[in-house]
Amino acid sequence: MKFDTPATPNPIDRLRVVGKPHDRVEGRLKTTGAATYAYEHHSVPSDPAYGYVVGAAIPKGRIKSIDIARAKAAQGVIAVISHENAGPLAKGEFYTQRFLAGPEVDHYHQVAALVVAETFEQARSAASLVRIDYLKSDGSFDLEAQKRTAPVAKQGPYGGPTETAVGDFAGAFAASAVKLDETYTTPDQAHAMMEPHATMAIWEGDKLTCWTSIQQMNWGTRDLAKTLGIPKENVRLISPYIGGGFGGKGTAQSDLVMAALGARAARRPVKLALQRPLMFNNLIHRPATIQRIQIGANLDGKIIAIGHESLSGNLRGGRTEPTTLSTRALYAGANRMTRVRLAVLDLAEGNAMRAPGEAPGMMALEIAMDEMAEKLEMDPVRLRILNDTQVDPEKPERPFSSRRFVECLETGAGQFGWSNRNATPGKVRDGRWFVGMGMAAAIRGAPISKSGARVRLDSGGVVTVETDMTDIGTGSYTIVAQTAAEMMGVSIDKVVAKLGDSTFPETPGSGGQQGAPSVTAGVYAACAKLREAVAQKLGFNSVDLVFADGEVRSGNRAVPLGAAAQSGDIIVEDFMEYGDLAKRFAQQTFGAHFAEVAVDSFTGEIRVRRMLAVCAAGRILNPKTARSQVIGGMTMGIGAALMEEMVVDTRFGFFVNHDLAGYEVPVHADVPHLDVIFIDELDPTMSPLQAKGLGELGLTGVAAAVANAIYNATGVRVREYPVTLDKFLAALPDVT
Amino acid sequence: MANPVDSEVSRRGVLVGGTATAMIGILPSGQVQAQSARSDAARQDFGVSFEVNGKPYSLQLDTRTTLLDALREHIHLTGSKKGCDHGQCGACTVIINGVRINSCLTLAVMHQDDRITTIEGLGTPEQLHPMQAAFVKHDGYQCGYCTPGQICSAVAVLDEIKAGIPSHVSADLTSPPALTNIEMRERMSGNICRCGAYSNIAEAIAEAAGSKT
Repeated sequence: MKFDTPATPNPIDRLRVVGKPHDRVEGRLKTTGAATYAYEHHSVPSDPAYGYVVGAAIPKGRIKSIDIARAKAAQGVIAVISHENAGPLAKGEFYTQRFLAGPEVDHYHQVAALVVAETFEQARSAASLVRIDYLKSDGSFDLEAQKRTAPVAKQGPYGGPTETAVGDFAGAFAASAVKLDETYTTPDQAHAMMEPHATMAIWEGDKLTCWTSIQQMNWGTRDLAKTLGIPKENVRLISPYIGGGFGGKGTAQSDLVMAALGARAARRPVKLALQRPLMFNNLIHRPATIQRIQIGANLDGKIIAIGHESLSGNLRGGRTEPTTLSTRALYAGANRMTRVRLAVLDLAEGNAMRAPGEAPGMMALEIAMDEMAEKLEMDPVRLRILNDTQVDPEKPERPFSSRRFVECLETGAGQFGWSNRNATPGKVRDGRWFVGMGMAAAIRGAPISKSGARVRLDSGGVVTVETDMTDIGTGSYTIVAQTAAEMMGVSIDKVVAKLGDSTFPETPGSGGQQGAPSVTAGVYAACAKLREAVAQKLGFNSVDLVFADGEVRSGNRAVPLGAAAQSGDIIVEDFMEYGDLAKRFAQQTFGAHFAEVAVDSFTGEIRVRRMLAVCAAGRILNPKTARSQVIGGMTMGIGAALMEEMVVDTRFGFFVNHDLAGYEVPVHADVPHLDVIFIDELDPTMSPLQAKGLGELGLTGVAAAVANAIYNATGVRVREYPVTLDKFLAALPDVT
Repeated sequence: MANPVDSEVSRRGVLVGGTATAMIGILPSGQVQAQSARSDAARQDFGVSFEVNGKPYSLQLDTRTTLLDALREHIHLTGSKKGCDHGQCGACTVIINGVRINSCLTLAVMHQDDRITTIEGLGTPEQLHPMQAAFVKHDGYQCGYCTPGQICSAVAVLDEIKAGIPSHVSADLTSPPALTNIEMRERMSGNICRCGAYSNIAEAIAEAAGSKT
């Protein structure tokens, strides 16, 4: 099915199942421990051996020699794999990292060896017996040191152009009545999902099956096959449950590659989970940025010039952090400039983490807007409303498909009690606490991609949906089931959703917040085809058919849906593909975040007291799971504002705090009750469901809202994330 | 310029620990190099008997096996999760003799005759424990990986409060702690949820506890 004209009325509009806050269909499995993750499939492969990874102990250089003799001789050891016996390995297409060091070492904790043994304890013990001598060479680890020398990045397949120019930015900025020119920094951040990257690999002849934890099955099969130099058709990946990803499990990484190599060497199934302390320096992460923002406005607050320059670093061949994406689309202004530069760093690869580009970009831009509002002596909400635009500011002939940004701002301000905010910072006290309010905008692109599904109807009226879509906690299982139920006119308990198997029809998987709109459109297409097949089987004229309450009706005739499959299951497959609507319309999601914080006047301790997000993201397919996506983003945004930072040791070239004790993420005590409001919106340019993703929207802007609230509370502006007390304690007013 | 790493590492070792064997200590954890004279540890098995979810088990285990790995890899109760294996995340939380514990931080052979309750022992998909039902109702989870640990912790937290055990945020150490939102959030803070379901988990626990806060 092709979607190339805006949506017209269709069966989804009935909203009997879609749009309802259904509990997750897999909820009972997850809450009882019955959902099985990659490392846990005891029933399938018998007698797996265990892998344990040895990470490189230098950030850059060569493995001079590797002595595996003692490890090999240790009790229970079946195989030890290193570059000396692994055979040739290529790289994947999306990540630039090599999955196995040797002889060159590209970054700290790159896999240097894998030990495979009968038990986990034996593998771990033997791993400590692998002796590696390195030849260390100089590397680059300091982003700041390349601030002036790093070149403008080449445009890659993602992230948009690395340089944009509209009008005369320099001239307009110089002529502006009110100007801001500030630099903001964001640190390296870790996905730190709860389930470590884990894989169980089995070879049967030249066919490889892996139970793994990966967000995009199609990329995973492509990249694993390419790395191993085998046909893609010989690889099957299975990921029914994924313990979080946030972009960190986009496609094949070292666990998948090393488990496959281990299983080949051991000639039996091998499972491995990357040890938590290896993950931070071995896997991808969100790279640090240094961002300069310039905004020029008239005295009335109208922006006439907006510029955003950004620097991030990466391994050679790696991508940029495209922080300027939001600046290009969020506010009006005739004269514009963005520029993204890229330094070479010999740290672990920087790559996609939840809202890549937008999340760190908005951390900077939305503090800048707060500062601008102060300079203009204008309310920050009012400044944003004043600079709203209904057309792509770079291409005024291209309208936004839907943009209810102003309603997000106004609704949020009203609900949050924004009018009670004292615009003069440091003036509101609650006992020993300074109290402040802050807000920020949210924006994130609304991509959608070709997505397929297979649906089967049996004689009991049960509809089974198969797609290679994954559920990383996002609620995919539930919205897939809701979509099929709505289309086929059955209750949700008559639908079985099967996900996360690369033999199922292809979807873009979970990434870039395009999963929900894409997969549901694919299910729509397959169900539309199934409806036709059912009509034909039952001898109905398909034009006036109604599928409802488990029946197929036409005029006075009503037949149970399952009757169509009386003589055998009906199985159909289809996909949804797209025309040029995404070119004709700027498709984005919008929101506004509000935060109230308290800062201890004695100690500088920051407590988030309450937060509200207002989001406009097309049709909300399931308000319960959608809200969870947003509060998850808000929680991650609290982390970005207050604590998350992988600290680079620029002498030795690695992230120092590489475990869950050192890399702090928000815990229960840090997070108050979070409120979310969805603006009623349909976007007919997206798909027949008129929905957009929102898993990343919920994160963009959050950290800035918190940082702005801290400023409003204390009067001390911090432009270097995270906003930790060492950065403002000395500047707090004297304790009285 | 290339230089042999050994001299570099030795210098660091001396700086940090003052002895050659400080090597292991100064390398980032989880990455153990074999530069020190470490003996090849041979497996030693040991018998241990305990009860899991009301069922007796007698196991011959490598003494290095954690309780978590005994549950997951030997008894095949994989509901208890391994998130970090270092006691930092709480995903492996189980209840032993009524008290919650990070099962990755305790060796299985230390639990002779103990009564262990895992997530599988609280309820089943067909018959949920009230805490499990509350998590489903309030969407107190997303990816589900921390969830068994959160639920085991939450069940034990309510018992701790009932037993009058104070916490860091209890205003008064002598009077019984109350079932407040902040009291429960403090006590649950050893269980990380990276998906960020905390707000919903707090509501689920409050409902299971029968409190309104």
